[in-house]
Amino acid sequence: MKYSVFSLIHQAIRGQKDWTPVWRDPEPKEEYDIVLIGGGGHGLATAYYLAKEHGLKNIAVLEKGYIGGGSVGRNTTIVRSNYQEPGNIPFYELSLKLWEGLEQDLNYNVMMSQRGVLNLYHSDSQRDEYARRGNAMAMHGVDGELLNRDQVREMVPFLDFENGRFPIQGGLLQRRGGTARHDAVAWGFARGADSRGVDILQNTEAKQIRVENGKAVGVETNRGFIKAKKIGIVAAGNTTRVAETAGLRLPIESYVLQAFVSEANKPLVPCVVTFGAGHFYISQSDKGGLVFGASLDYYTSYAARGNLPAVEDTIEEAIAIMPGISRIRLLRHWGGIMDMSMDGSPIIDKTDIDGLYLNCGWCYGGFKATPGSGFCFAHLIAKDEMHPAAKALRLKRFETGHVIDEAGTGAQPNLH
Amino acid sequence: MRIPCPFCGERDLQEYSFLGEAGLKRPDPKADDAQQQFHDYVHIRKNKAGLTNELWQHIHGCRSWIVVRRDTLTHEIFSSEFASDTLKEPAK
Ligand SMILES: Cc1cc2nc3c(=O)[nH]c(=O)nc-3n(C[C@H](O)[C@H](O)[C@H](O)COP(=O)(O)OP(=O)(O)OC[C@H]3O[C@@H](n4cnc5c(N)ncnc54)[C@H](O)[C@@H]3O)c2cc1C
Ligand SMILES: [Zn+2]
Repeated sequence: MKYSVFSLIHQAIRGQKDWTPVWRDPEPKEEYDIVLIGGGGHGLATAYYLAKEHGLKNIAVLEKGYIGGGSVGRNTTIVRSNYQEPGNIPFYELSLKLWEGLEQDLNYNVMMSQRGVLNLYHSDSQRDEYARRGNAMAMHGVDGELLNRDQVREMVPFLDFENGRFPIQGGLLQRRGGTARHDAVAWGFARGADSRGVDILQNTEAKQIRVENGKAVGVETNRGFIKAKKIGIVAAGNTTRVAETAGLRLPIESYVLQAFVSEANKPLVPCVVTFGAGHFYISQSDKGGLVFGASLDYYTSYAARGNLPAVEDTIEEAIAIMPGISRIRLLRHWGGIMDMSMDGSPIIDKTDIDGLYLNCGWCYGGFKATPGSGFCFAHLIAKDEMHPAAKALRLKRFETGHVIDEAGTGAQPNLH
Repeated sequence: MRIPCPFCGERDLQEYSFLGEAGLKRPDPKADDAQQQFHDYVHIRKNKAGLTNELWQHIHGCRSWIVVRRDTLTHEIFSSEFASDTLKEPAK
């Protein structure tokens, strides 16, 4: 069913009785050409682009839980491409370009809102660093503007500009950045993939990747063995667990990151604002809730819930830039598991096992990467060659020394 | 999470900093495959879901390095020991 203003009017008149399920709930087939392990944003986007861009049909997405239950439905929805490392910029910019046409492409409202992403700076040296990042972006054709304090004040007057410790001096603004409705992204890609013949298998857990003579041949699941010609691991926070069943050892640690939403308020925060003296980011959802987060909990974890010190730290950072929100009540907070790579940048590559492909290492930034990741991973699986925009995101870069360390923190994932 | 320090007793998570997997052995730089070994040492992690041994430092307390036995699926903590006891290489 194509969604349009006419379908809405029709359903309104019919009392919303004619809506059909957005995707099928098929039985697993015995064999697929391509099996993707993980039905998060990236797995679904990969399936979608495999079908749409490469005309492949016989594809399954295995999801151990339900669609939208992973980090794709838990993130703070920030979309941007203001990176500074040459290996990252083209990739994230490709992704942002795909975001810009995503709703028309999917015929699904993912509520992409290019309201701007504003990174605050608090010292001269940080201004210089942001100028450098802005210049790196400009050299790749990515939009960015360095704002002074007055220009920032005009956009977000309620910040604590005179903060004694971290006065706000200005900011780097990417106007094309913004937010999107996270679970709509999962649903939109699921619907798009399903309508092109992809089988989305929920409650289907990959237990063991079967490898014979150096070639991946299929996946043992709780619903039986599924044969596959090619297998893609797209399991985000659970990557290590899935990959180790094929004997792979990866440069990944899993951590829990928490996110928060407040009660609904009148429009207050017009864009995404980040605190440069810490690691805090905030935006306001269309329902009015303030959506925010900060650093991850500093220990490895597979429990999608965190501890109170990270909560306290987040709230302290919030009050440091926006003292005015100190009385707003929190509505919910939750956690998600993140696949932190050793250099803070993602991995999209083939493995040494024939027919086994890997997509992981998304750290804090995998939501914005969803379309780009799916697009490049589909390209790799379909053509057995790296997409030009993702050619630096190789797994072997850790061996060859070509790491992409945006934050300059070295191989210590909880510092990225 | 509250972590028992062998010296100070049970203390709040906030007093500690986390390094990572315990028991990684710095490779011999003279080994033939030293390059590969160093790659593994710096980058490759077990990242276990379940019981693990981890290095923590009681940074806002006695500053001891300790090895904590913890379940990454539940955050349950089972024991801790001074890293100097657990990780010391046997004398040759
Ligand atoms: C609190 C929080 C805030 C974040 N904020 C942002 C942000 O503002 N901007 C941004 O760009 N990024 C953000 N991220 C990161 C982003 O959400 C993730 O990087 C991204 O969602 C990961 O890709 P995914 O959507 O495919 O993951 P997921 O949705 O986690 O998908 C992985 C799926 O694999 C499934 N799976 C795992 N093991 C198996 C198995 N054995 N068999 C079958 N299925 C399996 C899981 O159930 C899961 O559904 C945030 C993350 C968190 C946790
Ligand atoms: Zn102590």
